[in-house]
Amino acid sequence: MILNRLEHRIKNIEHRIMKLNSNRQFLEGSHAVAEIIKLIKPAVVAAYPITPQTHIVEDLAKIKASGAGDFEYINTESEFAAASVLLGASATGVRTYTATCSQGLLLMTEVLFCIAGLRLPVVITCANRSVSAPINIWNDQQDAVTIRDAGWLMLYAETNQEAVDLHLLAYRLAETLRLPVMVNMDGFVLTHTYEPLIMPTQEHVNKFLPAYKAEVGTFLDVKNPVTIGALAYPDSYMEIRKQLADDIYSSSDLIKKYNTEFKKVFGRSIGDNGIVEEYKTKDAEVVLVAMGSVCGTIKEVVDELRERKQKVGLLKIISFRPFVDDEIVKSLGKAKYIAVVDKSISLGSEGILATEIKRAAYNRLKVKIQSFVVGLGGHDVTKEMIEQIVFDIKKDKTSGIHFVGCS
Amino acid sequence: MQEKYKNPFEHLIAPGHTACPGCGQLMSARLVLDTCGPNTIIANATGCLEVTTTKYPTSSWKVPWVHSLFENPSALASGILAALKQKGLDKETNVVAFGGDGSTFDIGFGLISGMWERKENILYICYNTEVYSNTGYQASGATPFDANTTTTPPEKKSMGNNFLRKNMAELAIASGCIYVAQTTCGYPNDIINKVKKALTFTGPKYIEILTTCVPGWGTESEMTVQLGKLAHKTGIYPIFEYYDGEYKAMKIPAPALKVEEYLKYHKRFKHLFKDEKGKEAIAEIQKLADKNIEKYNLS
Repeated sequence: MILNRLEHRIKNIEHRIMKLNSNRQFLEGSHAVAEIIKLIKPAVVAAYPITPQTHIVEDLAKIKASGAGDFEYINTESEFAAASVLLGASATGVRTYTATCSQGLLLMTEVLFCIAGLRLPVVITCANRSVSAPINIWNDQQDAVTIRDAGWLMLYAETNQEAVDLHLLAYRLAETLRLPVMVNMDGFVLTHTYEPLIMPTQEHVNKFLPAYKAEVGTFLDVKNPVTIGALAYPDSYMEIRKQLADDIYSSSDLIKKYNTEFKKVFGRSIGDNGIVEEYKTKDAEVVLVAMGSVCGTIKEVVDELRERKQKVGLLKIISFRPFVDDEIVKSLGKAKYIAVVDKSISLGSEGILATEIKRAAYNRLKVKIQSFVVGLGGHDVTKEMIEQIVFDIKKDKTSGIHFVGCS
Repeated sequence: MQEKYKNPFEHLIAPGHTACPGCGQLMSARLVLDTCGPNTIIANATGCLEVTTTKYPTSSWKVPWVHSLFENPSALASGILAALKQKGLDKETNVVAFGGDGSTFDIGFGLISGMWERKENILYICYNTEVYSNTGYQASGATPFDANTTTTPPEKKSMGNNFLRKNMAELAIASGCIYVAQTTCGYPNDIINKVKKALTFTGPKYIEILTTCVPGWGTESEMTVQLGKLAHKTGIYPIFEYYDGEYKAMKIPAPALKVEEYLKYHKRFKHLFKDEKGKEAIAEIQKLADKNIEKYNLS
């Protein structure tokens, strides 16, 4: 009964929003991702269920079954196979897609490293979720950061609009750079949440993202036989890995360039430049650094604290790989205190983003940087907690890691 | 019969690879690929065949070839086929996956099962050396009973491998493969004929080729072909094909040879020729061979 009423209410709201603005749609995050993938037109989609990603591949199955998309849709027997199917398809020169998270992403790990090493432009969505044990299906960001060294570009969405937009950017980058890209969106918080957003038109998508045409001689083709995945001896392995590292690191220029193009086509930017978004940081004494949907909560707290004349700001990280030190240090230059808010932890060390920020700031900023871990396994992240962080970082003399809101 | 001796450079696997002299796998793979022809894409598992043919930046492969990991040539093949379908090239291209027995029987088994379930038009070839050759001869799910491997050493309390080998061909049949066959590197023409036959079917196909591993088995390199024949003539490794619901076996000339005639050439079975316990073990192996002869109607 209650569910029915809720559904009815959602439909009403949806209807009202549609009336307000015809460009806008009221969509569940997963559905929005499936819709943008439909417009991006991959040739091969691999699927394997895992919560909270599943709605995405379910929606794509419907799109395929209804004839609205004519991609190959392959139900696999594991995420390992799903990633391998994409590797094979991408090596044959076509656009590919899947979505996963958590245990599924970790099961893919070996293939993810390989996809990057073979320079295949695969794009996947990771609906960020905690990692076992204990088993827990709710949101944090432990899954993707755990494979941060695999050689993928890793982008993080704050909202469902950004999730949609980042997929367009992801394919553009992947296919230019011949590098894989992972779009991260918080499980449940974004994937299962309805938000009003602007769904791009097919015409605009085509304008920003041209049809994929793999370069002859780089893919499996009986007319131009190539060997992909050869054995590299010590005299060439390091050189090949360095090339990969260089290309990922220098991709930041292209992210900025494509974000500018994106703005021209769609009339909005992804953050400031596709890499970071500064929110009231210019004169901020305390800057919080975070990525993903928690940035929405932090922005509200920043607004409230600003009303109370506290100089607080947020630096939102959109591109975690490449991790663009210059952009980040530039944004943090005037802060005295930097509180890094992580939804993940490197056990035995600290929040993973915190370590990254400290590394980027080393020898460049004289500032207190502290790690605050929040929201593991779907633990609530409240405005009060964020306020407490702003308070604590100024008072606390210790430099250890803080678990916020942990009873 | 192959019509004439080919210039080595006319094969689709070029010379210059680093496989051992007398490698049964390389020889068999060359026969398979020449039979498939140039309109073929290969997905290859990690293993000797990959390591010996693709030292960067060189390659022995004259057809499009991809390798990524130990366990996934089957899923790569699924992806390749899906991409070819979208390009409208799937009808004119053979999609073939290559794996060794470690890849096929053990680590890649789940993915092979998925490929078969999807009924995809892919030919999977398992080069069965009955041991993890490339890592130094450890036991796999295909290792025969009582064989000496580096992880099943015969010592005071062990006669070698304690387990009977997994029967992949039967699993392939049970999984609905449209064509399933076993053969050995002792019969080049049989390899060619079976690959030709397999390619006439649309759907999942599995061919397993017993291929001598000279250092892994501890055999002489000039014995490679001969051992392929003896494995069959003793009933140790039946040669058959299965399609349209029927088995068709390659018959053994009567009387079948005793298993000793095969085992005695291998260092991996040397411990069976030492004492009474070894004699008993050989008798057990003979029983397994007799069962094969009966089950597959080899005589």
